[in-house]
Amino acid sequence: MDIYGWVQLAIFLGLLLLATRPMGLYLFRVLDPEGKTFLDPVLKPVERIFYRLMGVDPAVEHDWKRYAVSLLAFSLVGTLFTYAILRLQHLLPLNPQHLGPLSGDLAFNTSISFITNTNWQNYGGESTMSYLSQMAALALHNFTSAASGIAVAAVLVRGIAWHTAKTVGNFLVDLVRTTLYLLLPLSLVYAVFLVSQGTIQNFRPYVTAQTVEPAAAPQTIVQGPMASQVAIKMLGTNGGGYTNANAAHPYENPTPLSNFVQIFSIFLIPGGLTFYLGRMVKNRKHGWSIWGAMAALFLAGVLLCWWAEAAGNPRLHALGVASASGNMEGKEVRFGIFDSALFATVTTDASCGAVNTMHDSMTPLGGLVPLVNLHLGEVVFGGVGAGLYGMLVFVILTVFLAGLMVGRTPEYLGKKIESYDVKVSALAVLLLILDIMGFTAWAVVSKWGLAGLNNAGPHGFSEILYAFSSATANNGSAFAGLSGDTPWYDTTLAVSMMIGRFFFIMPVLALAGNMAKKKILPESGGSFPVAGPVFAILLVGTILIVGLLSFFPALAVGPIVEHYLMIRSNAVF
Amino acid sequence: MAAKAHSLFEAAILRQAVVASFAKLHPRSLMKNPVMFVTGVGALLTSVGLFFRPEGEPLGFGLQVAVWLWFTVLFANFAEAMAEGRGKAQADALRKTRTRTMANLLTKDGSLEKVLAEKLRKEDIVMVIAGETIPGDGEVIEGVASVDESAITGESAPVIREAGGDRSAVTGGTRVLSDRIKVRITANPGESFLDRMILLVEGASRQKTPNEIALTILLSALTIIFLVVVMTLKFFGIYSGVPFSVTVLVALLVCLIPTTIGGLLSAIGIAGIDRLVQKNVLAMSGRAVEAAGDVNVLLLDKTGTITLGDRQAAEFLPARGVTVEELAGSAQLASLADETPEGRSIVVLAKRHGLRGRNLAEMPQARFIAFSAQTRMSGVDADGRHIRKGAADAVRNFVGGQFPADVEDAVTRISFQGGTPLVVAEGRRVLGAIYLKDIVKGGLSDRFERFRAMGIRTVMITGDNPLTAAAIAREAGVDDFLAEATPTDKLALIRKEQAAGYLVAMTGDGTNDAPALAQADVGVAMNTGTQAAKEAGNMVDLDSNPTKLIEIVEIGKQMLMTRGALTTFSIANDVAKYFAILPALLIGAFPVIGPLNIMRLASPQSAILSAVIFNAVIIIALIPLALRGVRFRPLGAGALLLRNLLVYGLGGLLLPFPGIKLIDIAVNAFHLV
Repeated sequence: MDIYGWVQLAIFLGLLLLATRPMGLYLFRVLDPEGKTFLDPVLKPVERIFYRLMGVDPAVEHDWKRYAVSLLAFSLVGTLFTYAILRLQHLLPLNPQHLGPLSGDLAFNTSISFITNTNWQNYGGESTMSYLSQMAALALHNFTSAASGIAVAAVLVRGIAWHTAKTVGNFLVDLVRTTLYLLLPLSLVYAVFLVSQGTIQNFRPYVTAQTVEPAAAPQTIVQGPMASQVAIKMLGTNGGGYTNANAAHPYENPTPLSNFVQIFSIFLIPGGLTFYLGRMVKNRKHGWSIWGAMAALFLAGVLLCWWAEAAGNPRLHALGVASASGNMEGKEVRFGIFDSALFATVTTDASCGAVNTMHDSMTPLGGLVPLVNLHLGEVVFGGVGAGLYGMLVFVILTVFLAGLMVGRTPEYLGKKIESYDVKVSALAVLLLILDIMGFTAWAVVSKWGLAGLNNAGPHGFSEILYAFSSATANNGSAFAGLSGDTPWYDTTLAVSMMIGRFFFIMPVLALAGNMAKKKILPESGGSFPVAGPVFAILLVGTILIVGLLSFFPALAVGPIVEHYLMIRSNAVF
Repeated sequence: MAAKAHSLFEAAILRQAVVASFAKLHPRSLMKNPVMFVTGVGALLTSVGLFFRPEGEPLGFGLQVAVWLWFTVLFANFAEAMAEGRGKAQADALRKTRTRTMANLLTKDGSLEKVLAEKLRKEDIVMVIAGETIPGDGEVIEGVASVDESAITGESAPVIREAGGDRSAVTGGTRVLSDRIKVRITANPGESFLDRMILLVEGASRQKTPNEIALTILLSALTIIFLVVVMTLKFFGIYSGVPFSVTVLVALLVCLIPTTIGGLLSAIGIAGIDRLVQKNVLAMSGRAVEAAGDVNVLLLDKTGTITLGDRQAAEFLPARGVTVEELAGSAQLASLADETPEGRSIVVLAKRHGLRGRNLAEMPQARFIAFSAQTRMSGVDADGRHIRKGAADAVRNFVGGQFPADVEDAVTRISFQGGTPLVVAEGRRVLGAIYLKDIVKGGLSDRFERFRAMGIRTVMITGDNPLTAAAIAREAGVDDFLAEATPTDKLALIRKEQAAGYLVAMTGDGTNDAPALAQADVGVAMNTGTQAAKEAGNMVDLDSNPTKLIEIVEIGKQMLMTRGALTTFSIANDVAKYFAILPALLIGAFPVIGPLNIMRLASPQSAILSAVIFNAVIIIALIPLALRGVRFRPLGAGALLLRNLLVYGLGGLLLPFPGIKLIDIAVNAFHLV
């Protein structure tokens, strides 16, 4: 754990702190259909064209049910569209490598994967996808699934901030505005920056290169429209790499600076959303308290992961074959221990899933951190939108559990938390747990589940657990020792992603609709305090206890046993 | 009041609670509590599992786990039965008053007929004579009587009940001490106030409150989550080559699901109502108690709550050219026949000015003029003198429209200081003013200050003019006041506060208070009040003490805090239980995880058994806390949260570690496994 790591960590958190307020204020304008932004002169006409094309009246708002139907319908159309392109890519243009069509179940898995903002990749990017598939089938969803997540978060925040309201917003308006005013402009600048660092952006066929070693076979060097895709994959916490190596590939992530910016860009919008929340509910301290709780969980994760990776495997140290700097297996030497640990923590804090290191090769405790992040529901800043609405579900549960201790029935920002709110919040959490645990239990005892496994014992268990945790949490990163491209895994993982996304969003929208209807009681000295260190600590405690208790047995059977095996036995798996 | 409170563990209550905890094992009864239902099913499973033990699991271990699981359920039942038992004890005392009362029914032809009280129907008219017990709830329609209501209120001083006005309601089971009254019965048998009261304190008609329902939903969700966790663990065990037996899986499940709060939840609610009963307040529903904790605005009647019921003469302010003695003398004469507290206080004050006491008998020819709402004056005509005392404007009319300037000043000054001015005149000559002072009760201002810290606003309701009201409000330290209040104003104020999102509590007694009592979130009717008022409110104060409203709010808050504290405690407990059970489950297959056994429990079986025992015993250990409630502290929400989090959150996290360790030591010392 060297000084460069500490300095970088300090700069990282410092920049995040600085970016939160301006990002939040901009989000506040974007997510208000009547909000004014500095891009209005250019984009307002474009926005109007979109509304006209879709036949949307931007002044009309819907109740939560109508909103949910719009979101689902949009996602269904998107899934079918992507599925069609992937199945027909050999017939479509922009395919210089003449890559063939995807199999039915892989195309199904991949469409679901991108529509749910998961970007789980059962395919190798450069060896499977044509340029058209990358851009139209996949990158399109990098924008829209990110925008949908932000929209749902906005709806829940509105539900909390508004009172006696019947409507919660208009999905298509939120979708268009978020994409147009937020994601596209940021991605444009970001992509140009990446090109400046060395990321490629072209439509050329792959290049064949003869290496300096004459006897070796020639290498194929991947080409394509990479920068445009990498920008949104990080910014929209999608994480689907253009190449199979993802952010470890020198084209996708060429320099230390691009590496730092990519990690930072994962947290940029989620950080801003906490400020947006504070601004909307007129209690900025509340927004900052949530930011603080997230930052604390982030720090705990990154420090544990960094420490575990820096410490490495004591048994390899004993044999004298380990790198002095720690566990370097599966790591890109350009980045080293700290940058890999930071990337792994951030990408799973959020629902990004891009990787610059092999999570499967991390030490048991180092790998425990991403796994736990997934189990907590990715609420540490979290996926764009998804992180905030997941966190707010935890806030509701926290307020409900502890709220009585101030001698009042539970109250969140002046709104009573009642049966219905508890019911939908608990349902959302319950479904996620059932999804992860149910599929994992099925996989570890069925021949289809075990067929894909390359490791036995606790590590093999961790690989399966990680796969379903990642799918359910819509992350997309993997303990890649598992071969996921089998009909069984394609299907179960796709179902798992759908449950993780939509069966969480539906209760959240219902919660938003119900909260919006309520009256707001004026705040008084007797109101439950939702700002300040006590609240932040309480929130962290609830997340850890409620979130982790459910997964503790599974984690014990996986990484925890593996850790003790590593340090205390001679068994080799 | 204190005599009515039962000590926490009275032998009789204990005995019947033990019996009841077995009766409550009936599935229909367990169903009402999902957490305990699952525990019960778990206990049954482990009992059956004794016959299908995996190899290497000794019978003694499985048996003990099963027994302790049954105890867990029984302890939870016992907690509920204890709370109900304390209520029942009170109900029995009430029921005694109802035994075989005879009533004098007034028949159509005007004659009296003796019938059993339980045969009386609504609208029947009965005659109750001194020494008899009033046969049912009703309304006095003729006569005045002093009534002993100690059976209901525990208060031995008799109260006056009379036809018309706000003191016409009588309660069945109370006794007439003097005179006779004619009563119209207002409740059918089984529906009387006493009947409802008995049902409520027994907990028989108790329904879950909204917050209890929501909490039950969350506890059920947690139970389902842990069911999933434990069931999938079986599969993970198959993968890892560890055959978890039913006994250990059920043990883990029961330790993880929130049995502590699940077992104590209903006891906490019943105890809340019970604590109110001990303060002689009857809540008509648990919901009302919950609402009391949530109240943001207290409407307090000035008279009786903020000030002592009666105003006292504090000072004579003579007009120019009149001596204090002359004023005092005339005032005394005018007040001799005035039996109101104000009148008496004037006589007392006059004595202090060296005037000898006089009495009516000395002045046989005097004609006393009683106070009336029309004249708003009282006085005396004797020896050709016409002395009057009364409200300033009434006396002004009497003297022909003008006060001397100094008297006018005195009147204004008294009003401004929160007092009530009375003016004394003889014929057309104004003698001076009397300063009637409202005496604000001691210690209220501190209490209101604490309420403010808790986010509760106090509003004083008074019929006084705004000037007087403001002065008293200032002295008492209330946040706001409503002067010259009519019942309609009161109702409008409640509506206004509610529209702003506040919950309002008030007290009232008169029939014209009924709409406001019904509108308020917590409406406390005085037992001395009319039947209409009692029907409209959701609580009745048997002592008819308006200050009680403050205590009611405190009890409501205390109940909610207890519920929250035990929920937090219960969930925080899980961490330690995991550290007890999980290493025990896995150490057989993976001996390397030894360090995870941070409590250094002796063996896997003793670890599991100790966790199960702790889980059961903690319910019993917390029954006193559940019944008594956590200590109430009037602090702001931030301070309360921090305090309770440290005690019940952090405590809940840490306490089970030594607790389970100690049990483990005991289990091994006695070689139980």
